[in-house]
Amino acid sequence: MLRFFLTKVGLIVPTFIGVTLLAFALIRLVPGDPVELLAGERGIDPERHAAMRAELGLDKPLLVQYGIYISNVLQGDLGRSIVTKEPVLNEFLTLFPATIELSVCAIIIAMLVGLPVGILAAVRRGSIFDYASMGVSLTGYSMPIFWWALLLILTFSVNLGWTPVSGRVSALYWFDTVTGFMLIDSFLSGEEGAFGSAVRHLILPSIALGTIPMAVIARMTRSSMLEVMHEDYIRTARAKGLPRFRIIVLHALRNALIPVITVIGLAVGVLFAGAILTETIFAWPGVGKWLVESVRRRDYPVLQGGVLLVASVVMLVNLTVDLLYGLINPRIRHAR
Amino acid sequence: MPASQTEAAAVATAEDANSGMAAPPHPLVEFWGYFTSSRGAVIGLVVICVLAILAIFADVIAPLAPDEQFRDSFLVPPAWVEGGSMRFILGTDDIGRDILSRIIHGARVSMSIGTLVVTVSLALGIALGLIAGYARGVTEVIIMRMMDIMLALPSLLLAIVIVAILGPSLVNAAMAVVIVAMPHYVRLTRAAVITEMSKDYVTASRVNGAGPFRLMIVQVLPNCMAPLIVQATLGFSTAVLDLAALGFLGMGAQPPTPEWGTMLANALQFIQRAWWVVSFPGLAILVTVLAFNLMGDGLRDALDPKLKR
Amino acid sequence: MLAANQNKSGNNNGKPRPYQKTQIEIGSSNMRLSHRKFGLSAVALGALALSAAMAASAQAKTLVYCSEGSPEGFTPSLYTAGTTFDASSRQIFNRLVEFERGTTKVVPALAESWSVSDDGLSYTFKLRKGVSFHKTKGFTPSREFNADDVIFSFERQRVESHPYHKVSGGSYEYFQAMDMPKLIKSVDKVDSHTVRFVLNMPEAPFIANMAMDFASIHSAEYADQMMKAGTPDAFDQNPVGTGPFQMVAYQKDAFIRYQAHPGYWGGKAPLDKLVFAITPDASVRFAKLKAGECHVMPYPNPADLAAMKADSSINVMEQEGLNVGYLAFNTEKAPYTDKKVRQALNMAINKQAIIEAVFQGAGSPAKNPIPPTMWSYNDNVKDYAYDPVKAKQLLAEAGHPNGFKTDIWAMPVQRPYNPNARRMAELIQADFAKVGVDAKIVTYEWGEYLKRSRKGEHQTVLLGWTGDNGDPDNFMYVLLSCAAADGANRARWCHKPFDDLLKKAKQTTDAAARTKYYEEAQMIFKEEAPWFTVAHSVVFMPMSKKVSNYKIDPFGGHPFYGVDLN
Repeated sequence: MLRFFLTKVGLIVPTFIGVTLLAFALIRLVPGDPVELLAGERGIDPERHAAMRAELGLDKPLLVQYGIYISNVLQGDLGRSIVTKEPVLNEFLTLFPATIELSVCAIIIAMLVGLPVGILAAVRRGSIFDYASMGVSLTGYSMPIFWWALLLILTFSVNLGWTPVSGRVSALYWFDTVTGFMLIDSFLSGEEGAFGSAVRHLILPSIALGTIPMAVIARMTRSSMLEVMHEDYIRTARAKGLPRFRIIVLHALRNALIPVITVIGLAVGVLFAGAILTETIFAWPGVGKWLVESVRRRDYPVLQGGVLLVASVVMLVNLTVDLLYGLINPRIRHAR
Repeated sequence: MPASQTEAAAVATAEDANSGMAAPPHPLVEFWGYFTSSRGAVIGLVVICVLAILAIFADVIAPLAPDEQFRDSFLVPPAWVEGGSMRFILGTDDIGRDILSRIIHGARVSMSIGTLVVTVSLALGIALGLIAGYARGVTEVIIMRMMDIMLALPSLLLAIVIVAILGPSLVNAAMAVVIVAMPHYVRLTRAAVITEMSKDYVTASRVNGAGPFRLMIVQVLPNCMAPLIVQATLGFSTAVLDLAALGFLGMGAQPPTPEWGTMLANALQFIQRAWWVVSFPGLAILVTVLAFNLMGDGLRDALDPKLKR
Repeated sequence: MLAANQNKSGNNNGKPRPYQKTQIEIGSSNMRLSHRKFGLSAVALGALALSAAMAASAQAKTLVYCSEGSPEGFTPSLYTAGTTFDASSRQIFNRLVEFERGTTKVVPALAESWSVSDDGLSYTFKLRKGVSFHKTKGFTPSREFNADDVIFSFERQRVESHPYHKVSGGSYEYFQAMDMPKLIKSVDKVDSHTVRFVLNMPEAPFIANMAMDFASIHSAEYADQMMKAGTPDAFDQNPVGTGPFQMVAYQKDAFIRYQAHPGYWGGKAPLDKLVFAITPDASVRFAKLKAGECHVMPYPNPADLAAMKADSSINVMEQEGLNVGYLAFNTEKAPYTDKKVRQALNMAINKQAIIEAVFQGAGSPAKNPIPPTMWSYNDNVKDYAYDPVKAKQLLAEAGHPNGFKTDIWAMPVQRPYNPNARRMAELIQADFAKVGVDAKIVTYEWGEYLKRSRKGEHQTVLLGWTGDNGDPDNFMYVLLSCAAADGANRARWCHKPFDDLLKKAKQTTDAAARTKYYEEAQMIFKEEAPWFTVAHSVVFMPMSKKVSNYKIDPFGGHPFYGVDLN
């Protein structure tokens, strides 16, 4: 067990170093002079130009720059945004709860819909429901979510007026940010209607972001269920004359869910890619939108730090899923 | 039931020689049989053929030029809506360009760039995968670590980073998508190569003195094509989707290129006034991606009958 | 950490909530409800929420401003973006002198009066008494505003050894750009309410500079406290000023909350609370304005203007912006060394067509290098009329009967003075073709574009300028003087008679004399034609009809002091 654990953790170190190299290279490969960009139409005199290059550490040899960068990263210093001059880590931490909140809600919606649909499709294999739901989920899987999000806004916000167009909560509410999670904060605030407003703001973005995971979960659950239903112990259970419902829930589902849960865990990367688009469309103040903005504003320290942070989060989640999976399923543990 | 296409072929010839009963179908015919038994796959194939025709003959099929601005026809609704005209069947955008024509020309952009992306990433992926699988050792570790790094980042984020470095343009976005897609092919090829290398026929060729290059290209590669073909088909849909997403974020094709994602980039501002500007380009993306996914599913089932129940 | 600090200040500044307990109960019942019927009840709940919120805002006057983006920070001197100034200097801070609301006229603010020595080198400001700083969670002022605060605010930017100079990145781009380090010799405290600025050379626009955002006055006492506490960064993150509003909470990319400063020296603001709802997309801002989720929005889509004007609940104000967009001819390169060529091309371009196609009505044709809202604007200047025939004739006279080859540089970005440079370049290209001039459109990535054009690699270049301090010097000297000919002066145009006028205007503080010099300079400018002046953008401000007494700021800012809600 320990060996398995150590191998998995050991594998992550070179990947992490690789990502730091990528992030480091990024700011140096970008075309154009970052100092010149800061100055804008007004321009900058050569003296000040040199001084600012020194401030940004661009005047030292590359290897030294990388050394400085790595030692800073290990101390939690990911640089400062060119635009806001705030430490990148601080910005990330203030925005990250919004992304987590959105992602968690998306995954919950995806599971609430995807699992039952997948199970039902497997149980009623070959039925109209099976075909229809699998057709819908393949469509969902193929959905360009930036367009899907626009359609949702067009239908529910613009035409029906049911949900707000963007943001996390109505600006008219005036409560403190305690946890950064709007649902919790609005609830704690006790302000009348604030929680409802937060929920209404969250619905469309969660659906948009949850669509692809929902489709994946439904398809995965179905095929996993089908596989399990063919196993001997299910046949045995059937032969014993156990009630169908009991077989499905107690025996089949339990085993079918293991691979599904792994898929959910590994979907973090996919979810994040989706969050970039969803947050941009719904003006959701999260990490994805922040990174897109940083490209637009050419705020390269933010992009550099953000890439490293996001990659780290994704790697950590994947590692956790791997380890948990190893715990649940001893076959994997001993495979290597 | 045969385990894979190649083995199926082997078994078929063996049976041929032994019995001489009703001739079993040629492997391609058999494959076609499996493929067409899935209605979805056939629909996918048909749609892809239609898209290919649209792409190739866009100049002839499109009623108007994609970039021509009709200064007196801004935001004209589709023909069947009040105020629409048959001249612009799907309406016009904010500077009076015909949406239908732009979508047809968009098919050309998406199909050609998609093909390019899949070809290049497949070629690079196969090359790296073959090297990693054949050389093993340090080379393999370095290649596979690099692929791990690329997979550690969400694909769209990696693509954005690459575009940030290269600058926004259709070609650069395509390059980004190539790089993002590559690790999957590398992994697949390497795994297949390692499996194949341990098989008898490879050992036999080696004994007969086949050089590593010949061994790889002539012997091993054809035998691990099946999963690659499936991955390439599914990869096509991802490529179209990622290119559109980059275009949407303003990091892909630049206006006035009629790329579907780019057409949606400013769509949010029309959402209250002109639903047709928002709806049709996205629909085109969805149909294309869905078609490739349907065909990919069908191909997988046909090429790997083991999974088919 | 940023969020944590804000929370604390938020707690303190929020008014006590007498009915807090009942509200919590209502809130939790909402939650139960929403759990039971997640999808359906949300709608009903929303309606309920909205009406409740509206009722709440009736008691305290809360104005919601849908701003276009997050501010870079809250210390104006560190940044250069208008969005930042809207969130900081224009609500939270005061300056020694300020621009009268809605004009470019300089009026007393924290300085009640000032005097200039005869040699124009020494400016003495008499400071206002009884001015209080904001009381926030992190800071309780023990004294009123005095000379130390002024000294601190300038020395931080000016003196590299100042303890605060390096804090929060420590680059003071505006201060640098306005040449303050070279201009200011010393800032002296004469007594507790008198400050003297000594300059190295006479500079008439200095007073106007003192009204600019970077010259905002901070609390020296607060700075000392934060330095002692070892958290100098907090000084910039949780701002304390003397302005009409104080910052209560900020959530990046989401909102900024302010409340009125009760002891504001100019009298408490009519609004009680001010919220910036950060909404980057213009059409979403419009949707929110329509839905009553915000009261004022900046930067509408030109295409939405018709719908806004038709909406009975929305009022659209408009005014020309303090900017100019131009096409500069590189006067160091042939054939643009020849005045006739420059004049000919001025006649060759159809300005009206550009205004319609590129600005879509949100621009007015420019004939001078300064906008009409600025003092000394010379309306007697006659622009070149669009006349391709005459242009061709003039080109022939200049020895180019068959035209010539040239380039047009088009900016890759959208700016207020040029919403679509590429499109503009295409139109100019077509116009040039009509007189036989074959132009190629060139563009670079923005930073590269600025750098190369500063070096003069172009033949003609599209660019523009947005004013800083309402002084004509800020346009003409920066963009057209000989001193700038190897930099911001993209025409690289150095014309002695013109330059002499600018220098004279810089050295006298007599407003009437300066006006005369600038008016004359504009005549010379038009005759010599180093630029094709394209347009001044028009600023539109859509707002709810409930908003009263809003005035468009010629500098493009959005100050809310004096604005009221009915």
